[in-house]
Amino acid sequence: MRWMTKSELRETAYMYTFTAPWIIGFIQFIGGPIVVSGYYSLTRYDIANAPVFIGLKNYIDLFQNELFWKSAGVTLYYTLVGVPAGLFISLLAAMLLNVAIPGQRLFRTIVYMPSVVSGVSLSLLWLWLLNPDFGAVNMFIYNVFHVQGPGWLTDQKWVIPSLIMMSFWTLGNHVVIYIAGLKGVPANLYEAAQIDGASKLRQFWNITVPMVSPVTLFLLITGIIGSFQVFVQASVMTDGGPNYASYFYVYYLYQQAFKSFNLGYASAMAWILFVFVGALTWFMMKLSGKWVHYEGGEQ
Amino acid sequence: MPSGTASVRPNMRASYYGSMKTRETTVKVLAFLLLVCICLVMILPLYIMLSTALKTKQEMFLVPPTWIPNEIVWHNFVDAMKSKPFGRYFTNTTMFSVFGTFGEVLVSSVVAYGFSRYKGIGRNAVFMILLSTMMIPYPVIMIPQFVLFKTLGWTNTYLPLLIPSLFGSAYIIFLLRQFFNTLPMDLFEAARLDGCSEFRTYWNIALPLCQPAIASAAIFGFMWRWNEYLQPLIYLNSDTKYTLSIALASFRSMYSVVPWNLLMAASLVAVLPPVLLFFLAQKYFVQGIVVSGLK
Repeated sequence: MRWMTKSELRETAYMYTFTAPWIIGFIQFIGGPIVVSGYYSLTRYDIANAPVFIGLKNYIDLFQNELFWKSAGVTLYYTLVGVPAGLFISLLAAMLLNVAIPGQRLFRTIVYMPSVVSGVSLSLLWLWLLNPDFGAVNMFIYNVFHVQGPGWLTDQKWVIPSLIMMSFWTLGNHVVIYIAGLKGVPANLYEAAQIDGASKLRQFWNITVPMVSPVTLFLLITGIIGSFQVFVQASVMTDGGPNYASYFYVYYLYQQAFKSFNLGYASAMAWILFVFVGALTWFMMKLSGKWVHYEGGEQ
Repeated sequence: MPSGTASVRPNMRASYYGSMKTRETTVKVLAFLLLVCICLVMILPLYIMLSTALKTKQEMFLVPPTWIPNEIVWHNFVDAMKSKPFGRYFTNTTMFSVFGTFGEVLVSSVVAYGFSRYKGIGRNAVFMILLSTMMIPYPVIMIPQFVLFKTLGWTNTYLPLLIPSLFGSAYIIFLLRQFFNTLPMDLFEAARLDGCSEFRTYWNIALPLCQPAIASAAIFGFMWRWNEYLQPLIYLNSDTKYTLSIALASFRSMYSVVPWNLLMAASLVAVLPPVLLFFLAQKYFVQGIVVSGLK
């Protein structure tokens, strides 16, 4: 044990002075609420009356509630299909946009542009495009294949695939990050592989994919967390329907908290989400050693 | 590799590289064609948004649909804007986005400077906590926050949407810290020796130097607020206080037969500021995204 030197003390004092706003904000608006929501999850609470402690009843009710499992299943389905497929498409698009061809700048701008449209406007636009009778998608299908397209958002089977396809339209952020990642792949790796006679496909799997894997890990984690929070589409486009087929987890949580005022129940849902996201992130980081390649060996 | 290529006869080498060159050209042509197709798919929905907004009620439901409206109805924009007080919503959203972002970026820059400049005890631990908060979904904390703001009597005001911004945001602090880390330390040491106060060093030296990063952060914050839906939905319940997002969503549910032309016109007005910002500041846009992705 040694005493802090005078300069260490000074640096520490300055650091905490400058970072104080965030530390206070963290306690007030993030750390505190997480703890409080843990407490609420053990109570019956309707905001008008004080919370009543009921132990684990909310959790027991949740696990016996069909709608809870339905909403968790819908969210997982959307995530497990949409996120990996989105990453794959983004990487391919980034590789195309990385080929030195005339108009590259314009192509990049156009591919990114739809990502500027987001939130409610995006949902309304696709609600119109996917309209079963007059939407552009089914009009196109009818003109080309002469069959009536499905009710994209009104058919239980199609609603999640439709929302996944819609999410592919706004992958701009992923593509931009992958393009930056591809810049870091040394060109001589490809040259060497080419001289060794490796096919383009082999080069893709054995050079490109491992070299951008740190980017993939980052996008995978943030993508999954973002996808667990899907709300706007359910709220604006489908109302969670048809027959709860798009009843996303956070939409259910919102309904419980702000429509039915079951704040205790909703807090239990929030805590399950928190623990699940934390565990999943930890798990993915742990597992990443097996497939994420960092320049200059492990870690 | 150099010794290997030396043994190859010159003419063979030329043909080898020659075939590689034609292969490369094929790749380029294919990439170009593929990109043209992709870009068409990307643009088409936006085009349909615009053309629907300019059609008459009858033409909008025409089968097969017309590519170019027979009769261009600019008046749809006026009708859409008049159907609800959209001018008001536009102002609300702008004020919220501008003031929220301004406070958030300013405070975040102070905090980011603190993390970058001072090697205080526990810095790495605190910074790790900051990074991990980026992973916390908003729904996890929204209920206690709501209870807090309701107790304070702040529901149906913009305070719950603005006040938390004044404590900085983890993402922007991270982005700005990355930038501050690239500045030479000697600069700050020299300022200290010259008797410049710590805050003035930040304000007069560090902050002006990181203008590009500030621009990226500000764009990011603005866009996020402009499109945010869940928070305004929870807190704002009187019609005059809505943001564009809330207004658009409720506009749709107002009708039994949705007037898609008016709805698309209103949506277009709502996306105009983000689109303009994107074209005016594309460089900062890309920079902000990339810094966040490549830690």
